[in-house]
Amino acid sequence: MQTAVSDLQALAAKLRLADRQAVAEALNLIDDQRPAARAKALELLAALEAERLANDGHLIGITGPPGAGKSSLLSTLIDYWCAKGLKVAVLAVDPSSPKTGGALLGDRLRMTGAGQHKNLFIRSLASRQQLGGLAAEVWPMSRILLAGYDIVLIETVGVGQSEVDVASMVDTTAYVVQPASGDSIQFIKSGIMEVPDIMVVNKADLGAPAIKAANDLHQVMRRSTQGSDWKIPVCTLSARDRQGIDALVNALEAHRAHLVSMQLLTAGRTAQQGAWAIRQLQEEFGNSGVARLGGAAAIARELDNQHDLGELLASYNARAEHLRASTKAWPT
Amino acid sequence: MSTSKDRPWLVRTYSGHSSARTSNELYRSNLAKGQTGLSVAFDLPTQTGYDPDHPLARGEVGKVGVPISHLDDMDVLFDQLPLDQMNTSMTINAVAPWMLALYIALAERRGIDPATLQGTTQNDIVKEYLSRGTHIFPPGPSLRLIVDTITYSVPNVPKWNPTNICSYHLQEAGATPVQELAYALSTAIMVLDAVRDSGQIPEADFPKVVSRLSFFVNAGIRFIEECCKMRAFTQMWDEITLERYGVKDAKQRRFRYGVQVNSLGLTESQPENNVQRIVLEMLAVVLSKDARARAVQLPAWNEALGLPRPWDQQWSLRIQQVMAFETDLLEYGDILTGSPVIEAKVQELMEGANAEIQRVAEQGGVLAGIESGYMKQVLVKSHAERLRAIETGELTIVGVNKFKETAESPLTQSGDGGIMKVDPAVEQQHIKAIQAHRANRDQDKVAIALNTLRDVAKSNDNIMPASIACAHAGVTTGEWAQTLRDVFGEYRAPTGIDISSSIGGDPERVAALRERVTATGSSLGRPIKLLVAKPGLDGHSNGAEQIAVKARELGMEVVYEGIRLTPQQIVAAAQEEGVHLVGLSVLSGSHTAMAEMVIDGLRAIDLGALPVTMGGIIPDDEHVALKQRGIAAIYTPKDSDLNIIMAEMIDLARVANQLDALGPL
Repeated sequence: MQTAVSDLQALAAKLRLADRQAVAEALNLIDDQRPAARAKALELLAALEAERLANDGHLIGITGPPGAGKSSLLSTLIDYWCAKGLKVAVLAVDPSSPKTGGALLGDRLRMTGAGQHKNLFIRSLASRQQLGGLAAEVWPMSRILLAGYDIVLIETVGVGQSEVDVASMVDTTAYVVQPASGDSIQFIKSGIMEVPDIMVVNKADLGAPAIKAANDLHQVMRRSTQGSDWKIPVCTLSARDRQGIDALVNALEAHRAHLVSMQLLTAGRTAQQGAWAIRQLQEEFGNSGVARLGGAAAIARELDNQHDLGELLASYNARAEHLRASTKAWPT
Repeated sequence: MSTSKDRPWLVRTYSGHSSARTSNELYRSNLAKGQTGLSVAFDLPTQTGYDPDHPLARGEVGKVGVPISHLDDMDVLFDQLPLDQMNTSMTINAVAPWMLALYIALAERRGIDPATLQGTTQNDIVKEYLSRGTHIFPPGPSLRLIVDTITYSVPNVPKWNPTNICSYHLQEAGATPVQELAYALSTAIMVLDAVRDSGQIPEADFPKVVSRLSFFVNAGIRFIEECCKMRAFTQMWDEITLERYGVKDAKQRRFRYGVQVNSLGLTESQPENNVQRIVLEMLAVVLSKDARARAVQLPAWNEALGLPRPWDQQWSLRIQQVMAFETDLLEYGDILTGSPVIEAKVQELMEGANAEIQRVAEQGGVLAGIESGYMKQVLVKSHAERLRAIETGELTIVGVNKFKETAESPLTQSGDGGIMKVDPAVEQQHIKAIQAHRANRDQDKVAIALNTLRDVAKSNDNIMPASIACAHAGVTTGEWAQTLRDVFGEYRAPTGIDISSSIGGDPERVAALRERVTATGSSLGRPIKLLVAKPGLDGHSNGAEQIAVKARELGMEVVYEGIRLTPQQIVAAAQEEGVHLVGLSVLSGSHTAMAEMVIDGLRAIDLGALPVTMGGIIPDDEHVALKQRGIAAIYTPKDSDLNIIMAEMIDLARVANQLDALGPL
């Protein structure tokens, strides 16, 4: 796929309209690791409408342990939003095999709406990371989708690093557990309280165990969010029976409204951009490269002021160029 | 030793295609040839609850069986056949209550007492989720429908077998004998527990329910072990019915089963060898009197090639008749009793099966094992192990991985390619017919019947009386199923191709392929991404799943979408996922229609260059036309070496992206 540079503006304009062919092409470009494609991908990102990326749409992460019913919850949410005429995009991330690098991406299978709603776009991705973290491409892909879709969902299995990674890429993170599985106990023990903005207990159709799990989580959440402005809600629902979905949608909207009222939405997205730029630098030049630029913390402080994605990418490029020039003597 | 001669089993042939009229003629000619029972094959739209004019039915009408949409169709299917004297087996599952309702309504229309009806509705949903794929509803409502059929039949149609617990399809999906025993018996326990807990049957009548439960079993080529498996089934069922359900009468504890011998082991290459396979497999289930099948149906020698012709089916019928009437098999008592070798093998199988039954129970039973994907994973693993053994030559398959040299077969040289083909015009005729039927009935009656059905579905009442009323009112299969879809929802079962599945195989070739995948990924800028999809209604997903597992193992990123997709969904997935390659799998004979719709759909969105491969039962003489239509490569059961398939698929992805082909392994 050879997209002329001059076409990137046209492509960006089509993304704004959620043109399916354009979206697919842009995601392929972001995924392409060849140097020429990477340069073009950065240009495409810079060509996206900055105002929209900073303030519009809703980036939502859905994570939680395997078997919690995330995909069926997602299908239910998709049906709900699509029925309201909203445009919904999903990035469904499945783990890669550490041994072979291969991956089975089975989430479309579990999302009954796949290929049926005209305002729905689903891209499955392999995590491609040894420790279960998310591929660096997820963040720029979410920007491509945010350019044209009202709601962008990132679904990951909450194992290893991925649940922390996803929380650093989205506005709102919902953490899904199922009752009677030890999920809620594990969650409480794991101490990853910073991950969720909303807790979801799925499979309320199981009855008493669901109520117990919700109560356990409620108590822990109340304690851990004492004094903060956002009280993490615990939504009990049944994706299977389509019960309790309204409450979750309300909670998601309430969290976004909370971010806006605290002026955290735009700030959060700026921080996500900065975090991605630092991660890119780390992946390409290692921790030592980042240290030579003054260290991750110092870069983050500078990048935090650059709300505009185009400007951020320019400063990222400048840094990368600097490191490339200074390391030329040592072929990698 | 002189015992009175045993009665022969019911001799059946699984058949039906095109239309009720054509199938009726076939049945009458089969009965004239000495067949003693009928076994109705329904087409996929009927099995999955769609009328012939539903978009998902396209290309599938009349292909793998007969379409039955309403009572008049049922009447034609059994024209001139005396229902009160027939023994009719119906391979029908998700819509089993409906087909039984049509059969009962037909008896009533002809003035026959339904209490005289004899036969079987397969009505086992577990193996649909695990292997066969014609399920519609989620597990809970599906089990309720099975319970309703049983609790209605036992008092009202007492000679009917309302459910036929199947281990057949578990073996087709790769189950070992131990797994077959364990999962079939666990399923039977689940069903009986559910009937008991439904409160619809008085306690005193419960042994009658137990005695009406029958089984449908597979028999593979390892015929000694298969024979032992049948003895193990018989003993274990006797113990379960006595200990768990307290059935005192030994007659009511008998393990009653029918058989279709193995299709998994039938080969496309040197297909004449399938005849001796079929004979030996049959021997396993008729050899010992104590564990002899009640009904037998045999596949035809050319099943891996396509739909058998009447002559092919006659050959299989004659195999049964030679076994029953020429040999001295039925003159003796049980010839295996007391054999220490047999006893030890039976014991070993029973111990293994009891342990696996325990494991399933510990996980919360069969339904939990389906929803968690546990049972499916076990089967996929066993199947992958079988493929690995064939690939490495540990498992000999004559004519496939050994003794491959062959003279040309005169059997496949006839003008028809040695198989039967369904006239493509059949589908249009059925679409017109169903629309005419809908236009010419009492709409008020239909509306009332469907409203009642909906109310009953929402309540705890038995579904059967309302279904029989629907049958009399002229309701169609699609309407009956849609009403229940609206109440119960639909279900997609887990695929079981999880992270732990692996095929392995010859390490050197696998390593070479991995290198090719990695190198190609670097050249493409990202790993090769493959979409594996099953268009249409065919639920036989084993082949697609093995391709998906193998490709993943070589380092590809595989989007697997599961069964029952419309071509439009597949086209959308190819675009949204940005894949390099699409692999379609179709075993129902609807490959041409599906290929055309997918290829045209891709072209319409500028993805015409995307290579599309197709696997399935695709007759040789259709390959050229499919390739001209745009299919890049075709794989049939003859292509048993997954490594060769993978090497070709990698090259297809390369060439489509202006990279050089790497050639054969």
